[in-house]
Amino acid sequence: MAEAEPAITVDSAERAPASLAVILLVSVLVVATCGLIYELLAGTLASYLLGDSVTQFSTVIGTYLFAMGVGSWLSRHVRRDEMGVFVRVEILIAALGGWSAAGLFLLFPVVGDFRIALYALVLAIGVLVGLEIPLLIRILRHRFAFRELVSNVLTYDYVGALIASLLFPLVLVPWLGMMRTGFVFGLANVAVALALLVALRRQRRVAVDVIAALVVAASLIAGLVAADRMQRWSEVAFYGEPVIYARSTPYQRMVLTRRGEDLRLYLNGNLQFSTRDEYRYHEALVWPVLGRVARPDTVLILGGGDGLAAREVLRDPRVRQVTLVDLDPEMTRLFRDTPQLAALNADSLSSPRMRIHNTDAFRWVREARGSYDAVIVDFPDPTEFSLGKLYTESFYREVARLLAPEGVMTVQSTSPLVAPESYWTVATTLESAGLHARGYHAYVPSFGEWGFTLAAHRPFAKATRLPQNLRFLTPSSERAMFDFPPDMARRPTPVNRLDNQALVRSFAREWGNYEG
Amino acid sequence: MKAETSRRTILAGGSAAAGASLLGGCVQPTMAGMLDGADWRRGHRLRDGSFPAPDGPVQDIDVVIAGGGVAGLATGWRLADAGFANFTLFELEDRTGGNARSGRNAVSAYPLGAHYLPVPNRDAAALRYMLRSFGMIVGDAPDGPVYDPYQLCADLEERLLWRGEWQEGLFPQSGLPSGQQAQRQRFDQSMDYFRRAVGLDGRPAFTIPSVLSSVDPRFTALDRLNFADWLDSEGFTAPALRAYLRYCCRDDYGAEPEDVSAWAGIHYFAARRGWAANGDGDRELTWPEGNDRLASLMAARIHSNLRPAHTVFRLAVTAEGRAELDVFDHTAGRSRRLRAKVAILAMPHFVAARVAPSVCSPGGLSYAPWVVANVTVSRPPEGKGVPLAWDNVSTASDALGYVVATHQTTSAALGPTVLTWYMPLSRETPQVARKIMLTRSLERWQEIVRADMLAMNPDLDGAIERIDVWRWGHAMIRPTPGFLTDPARLAARSAHPPVLFAHSDLSGLSLFEEAHHHGVAAAEMALTHLGHAFESIA
Ligand SMILES: Cc1cc2nc3c(=O)[nH]c(=O)nc-3n(C[C@H](O)[C@H](O)[C@H](O)COP(=O)(O)OP(=O)(O)OC[C@H]3O[C@@H](n4cnc5c(N)ncnc54)[C@H](O)[C@@H]3O)c2cc1C
Repeated sequence: MAEAEPAITVDSAERAPASLAVILLVSVLVVATCGLIYELLAGTLASYLLGDSVTQFSTVIGTYLFAMGVGSWLSRHVRRDEMGVFVRVEILIAALGGWSAAGLFLLFPVVGDFRIALYALVLAIGVLVGLEIPLLIRILRHRFAFRELVSNVLTYDYVGALIASLLFPLVLVPWLGMMRTGFVFGLANVAVALALLVALRRQRRVAVDVIAALVVAASLIAGLVAADRMQRWSEVAFYGEPVIYARSTPYQRMVLTRRGEDLRLYLNGNLQFSTRDEYRYHEALVWPVLGRVARPDTVLILGGGDGLAAREVLRDPRVRQVTLVDLDPEMTRLFRDTPQLAALNADSLSSPRMRIHNTDAFRWVREARGSYDAVIVDFPDPTEFSLGKLYTESFYREVARLLAPEGVMTVQSTSPLVAPESYWTVATTLESAGLHARGYHAYVPSFGEWGFTLAAHRPFAKATRLPQNLRFLTPSSERAMFDFPPDMARRPTPVNRLDNQALVRSFAREWGNYEG
Repeated sequence: MKAETSRRTILAGGSAAAGASLLGGCVQPTMAGMLDGADWRRGHRLRDGSFPAPDGPVQDIDVVIAGGGVAGLATGWRLADAGFANFTLFELEDRTGGNARSGRNAVSAYPLGAHYLPVPNRDAAALRYMLRSFGMIVGDAPDGPVYDPYQLCADLEERLLWRGEWQEGLFPQSGLPSGQQAQRQRFDQSMDYFRRAVGLDGRPAFTIPSVLSSVDPRFTALDRLNFADWLDSEGFTAPALRAYLRYCCRDDYGAEPEDVSAWAGIHYFAARRGWAANGDGDRELTWPEGNDRLASLMAARIHSNLRPAHTVFRLAVTAEGRAELDVFDHTAGRSRRLRAKVAILAMPHFVAARVAPSVCSPGGLSYAPWVVANVTVSRPPEGKGVPLAWDNVSTASDALGYVVATHQTTSAALGPTVLTWYMPLSRETPQVARKIMLTRSLERWQEIVRADMLAMNPDLDGAIERIDVWRWGHAMIRPTPGFLTDPARLAARSAHPPVLFAHSDLSGLSLFEEAHHHGVAAAEMALTHLGHAFESIA
């Protein structure tokens, strides 16, 4: 046998059995499919995590194609042992591509600049994928006539692309999810490598490569098994619990998470409520007001598109009509039409007593007429100038105009413990708008110590009438809410005006310090 | 539903691009928009003097106001406020307002020129009186008048794009060598000195209205230098400071520091001592439509006296001491003659010199051309750093940035808006710049504006829906060195009935307060001349 080996410098593939040609052509199909899958994974993941799908997709695809060009160019520097290089490239792609989705998910919450990780990975995979086809063409060049070779390789390449682009949206993402898709196709790459190694085992030493391929395969299988758990970790790292619904509206990013019985709503990453303790927040928001109004015939809720404050309000049979103004129609639609969520607010948003206006409250209050016996102001924290406008003296003057002479209002006013200056700025501002103001606070575990401010045209009644069946408030615990220990005690603050936005500035400072 | 549309848009865009490349050229979809501006055909007709001779009987009238910009409208408003009604205001354009006019589309009203009024000084008594009557001053506090908070520019007022990041204010806060920061501080101290300085005549060295400033030569001598030379001589050479000061000169005067009198350059910083309660003295009043809010309120007060689309093309003084005016009616295509006890020329000085050569000489005044573009966007701009402000300026651009029309009216930092982009063509001489301005096509302007907007806000890519371009050939007078003593300007200021002048050109500084001051002063002088009893508000 040894003499039969001609001493010529042809590629080992030339002498390989005919079955090898088949394996090689099948591997064209497989690598083409895998290559496109990784690209789709990176693009989908980037638009899922970073938003703006058009930009993410086109930059990821552009980077990927460019990297493939680099890979093709680099292939010229492979001067010998194309087969060996190809097998190692396959093993590397299997590792990188297979872990790409899981890795990016896990990295997202922990790295500073996620884009750097993303594009580095896309570049690396792209370069490796770019090496594949040129190497395969060279490996196969003695098996087929050039005309046939190009035709075969490109046919399988394009067919692979078609398979990938159909499988990805129709089967893989819905059935496997992104992480598992990555692992499955990583395994396909490593299978190509192993098949070639087996076919070549007689002609060369393959032990090291086989071990590497097996290690990669094992890690991919482990990943596949643990995908569910990892999926959960990555979201745990970002939101603290599994995401069950996420959507970006023109106004905000809404994310619902659930762990067991605990359902949480986040807007732009800020917790709005947790079903574990939202009753504490909403009872404290609503009942100190309703309990101090003799005849709460009409009630105005500004913000509060989740309908939870409205749920409390509608429990009061004296209330004839509730007007709710919330910017985001998606928000009120979601909490009205999703049975699970409508159950939380006891269908408050579809009550015949409810009227919903989806509009900018800043504009609405300026144009609104009428008189409300109770007003509940429940906006997101003043994290931006646009939200800060909803906490200004000018805004409160408009609300005061809408508040009946005997009416009472309340304002969600951030944490008096974390941000005492911001908290008391709300009271100072309400007073400067000509109202009487009194602060109170409640402990809501998922928020911590939380503050509200009552305001009215006249001094407040001390006594309050609460319904029987509340879970949190009793007359005595209600009274206790108006006591402030020294660390939260009232302090002098500026008035929050449209032209100084003192609150946005103090809020950023105080919460910035708190969060480090 | 959303995803569906966007996918379709991409596909449509893709095939359009493919089609374009097949055609082998850069076939760009044309951007919606209009090219417009001050009506220079009517203006040039004045220069060429081709008006029909007046026909019909000569009409006798007490007062004629020629020009319906801020100054002319203020004149009319003042007359009406004194209970005087026998006057007519002729305006060459179809609408009054002059440089303070505005436009409007489905998204918002927006300015075409002047867009804000700083809280006036104590000296601007007449203006304060008017703001009170318009409900803009809503009360009085021990520390000054209380302004309506909805009309004061809301926080965040200004932001600057500096080294890739937006930051608050218009001067770089970070990343400057300490020497440059120190110069900025020294400059502020120097301006502070001028702000407090009082001349030998007991008047503030610099104030607005500027005619109330001191004539003490210690300060007026600064008018002999240009601002750039003065800065050099004072050692204010730090590049960041100079870039900021250049921005200021171009913003207020449409001219480079080299072309601006040092007196005027300092005036910008030293003349403002806004008087208001709540520490609002350094704030500005602004509206979606800019200063057209004020112009329209004045116009509404004298609605029946207004005659738009009428050019006053000749004025002469008769032997009996009356002002004889010939007026061309652009709608009817006819001219007629009026005889007025007082004629108030509220038009730019260079036009007045043409209309009334016997009483007005052109002097050495020059005017800066400006281009203003209104960019309608489907979503507001963002950017790294502080969020969108009312006024947004980039250190890397030769334009002056953009203001946001909906800044005052919504709380939501979202939805479509109109961004008004400003650019004085100050690099060339006004003559050359005007030629460039008039020969450039709408598409070329749109390209320039779009590129500049996207350089500041790449996030606006795909969000620009239309760009309307407005050209002002003679936008504002340039306070060049020596302007304080320009004899033509001084003569116009000390004119007597029957011909008076009222225009911001009389100050040499193109500012609302100046225009308003001259309008009110001319009106009161006319009332005095006519023996109409009134109580001065000036
Ligand atoms: C782009 C731009 C931005 C500006 N921004 C500001 C700003 O933010 N704040 C500020 O205070 N100032 C600003 N200004 C300055 C502005 O020019 C003044 O505030 C003020 O509006 C000038 O008013 P005026 O009445 O003196 O002159 P103009 O506005 O020039 O009014 C003169 C009027 O006379 C009319 N006219 C001319 N000839 C005749 C004739 N023969 N017969 C009849 N009518 C005639 C004209 O059509 C015009 O309406 C800006 C100017 C421009 C161009």
